[in-house]
Amino acid sequence: MSALRELYQEVILDHGKTPRNFGRLEQPTGCSHGHNPLCGDTVTIYLKIKDGVVDDITFEGRGCAISMASASMMTEILKGKTVAEVQQMFERFHGLVTTGEQACEGGFDIADLDKLVVLAGVREFPMRVKCATLAWHTLKAALEGKQKEVTVE
Amino acid sequence: MNSASSPMRRNAPVFDVEAVRREFPILGTSVHGKPLVFLDSGASAQKPRAVIEAISRVYETGYANIHRGVYQLSQVATEAYEGARAKVQRFIGAASPGEIVFTKGTTEAINLVASSYGARFLKAGDEVVLSVLEHHANIVPWQLLRERLGIVIRVVPVDAGGAFRMDEYERLLNARTKFVAVTQTSNALGTMPPVAEIIRMAHGVGAAVLIDGAQGIVHEAVDVKALDCDFYVFSGHKLYGPGGIGVLYGKERLLEAMPPYQGGGDMILSVSFEKTEFAPPPARFEAGTPPIADAIGLGAAIDFLNGLDRLAIAAHEAALLDAASARLGAIPGLKIYGTARPKAAIVSFTLDGVHPHDIGTILDHEGIAVRVGHHCAQPVMERFGIPGTVRASFGLYNTIDEVEALARGLEKVREIFG
Repeated sequence: MSALRELYQEVILDHGKTPRNFGRLEQPTGCSHGHNPLCGDTVTIYLKIKDGVVDDITFEGRGCAISMASASMMTEILKGKTVAEVQQMFERFHGLVTTGEQACEGGFDIADLDKLVVLAGVREFPMRVKCATLAWHTLKAALEGKQKEVTVE
Repeated sequence: MNSASSPMRRNAPVFDVEAVRREFPILGTSVHGKPLVFLDSGASAQKPRAVIEAISRVYETGYANIHRGVYQLSQVATEAYEGARAKVQRFIGAASPGEIVFTKGTTEAINLVASSYGARFLKAGDEVVLSVLEHHANIVPWQLLRERLGIVIRVVPVDAGGAFRMDEYERLLNARTKFVAVTQTSNALGTMPPVAEIIRMAHGVGAAVLIDGAQGIVHEAVDVKALDCDFYVFSGHKLYGPGGIGVLYGKERLLEAMPPYQGGGDMILSVSFEKTEFAPPPARFEAGTPPIADAIGLGAAIDFLNGLDRLAIAAHEAALLDAASARLGAIPGLKIYGTARPKAAIVSFTLDGVHPHDIGTILDHEGIAVRVGHHCAQPVMERFGIPGTVRASFGLYNTIDEVEALARGLEKVREIFG
């Protein structure tokens, strides 16, 4: 598969076109806004944590296929995860799209990891890695209760 | 018949694009295994061999600091640097070399004018007129001045085709209008406001005018005396010259009256801790050691352009614009922003359902370099309600085949995105 086809796999195009969990969440416990000033991509993550578990998570925003797909897949995967697992996933995802390594203590089932692997193609496109990580950095800020806008550039 | 000696040459512009391309070494390179199709000259143009060699030659045989040494090498460098200033002067039709200030680029030139002209001539309540088409470099310096002085910024809108609204401009001009700063050519859309008329009307209410020529000077010959603008600014790197060098043209009597922008060496007559006397322009505005080789490189770029027929270049670029507008305009779901004429060879567009960044990545894999995003002109994007566009900006070395390559690249985007 060419690097281009690996980047734009069907599942990414599908999530990019019809993102899941798209919309505002009423009374979130955490909410953060992320922005990539270079390309203008924006994302807002709404998070509801109940008893240390992600009870609900949604997002709003606009941007390229990679950033929208990454946000969509992230929300799908994180529902029901503990906060500790989310932190681990963040590290693992970051490694996946920057170095391609997934070496991390996994506290989640392997099927979830597989879903994220489709985004690994982005590491061949250094200018586009930030598109994939924008939602995750914004999520981290929402978890930490930061109101400050997150920027990646 | 030998075309070089043919009288036909003078009547019908002849432009041998293949010969010109051979002067640009980078155009022979490949990207992702495909021949480079460089369509981002609006951001920064590629350099002809003459410019590259001129810079090498300075460092190899003619480099020393200028205006200082009594030794021969310093004199050689000083003469080459001042020679470049004279070339710029003739290139834009300024009255004297003293009206040419070397800066880092267009951005620094505008900051210099806002800061220095502003300090001397503007006060709270004075109105500065800009347009929606402006690059951030012709917006933010005026906002900084607003913070400092309390000036008022007025903005001329554009119509649906991206044309500067002359009726609105006329409505905005009044006795409080003290300065007008507009672009000669929109970097994001390519549309060209009627600057001669804009300058005439501004002078009618007693306002001074700065023309941002960063894009404009690349596509047509400029005569600042005929335009009668008070300031004209442009960058070397978009004019096939080196980066890090730009030009501020200012009318002599204005530059004379303006305070220094930065303090340092080379901009003084005498310094003591009690009192420092400033040098006259242009030295007053060139504190510190300038990018000497780059200024000389800009002179080489001007020589290069003077060696070509600029009307023939304009005709060639107009043909590229027409071909690109027609070919891209026929692609389903593709919308071109900035259709008003006159317009430079810049085509800004969106493709339904595909984000500009994704288009940029896919085109890159076809060897095609385009700019994607807001092009440092967010107010333009806001005007059209879009986050960004794909922008193909053509230079004198681009070909009709490259327009076709772009169109085929966009068909590939459609293939992938469905």
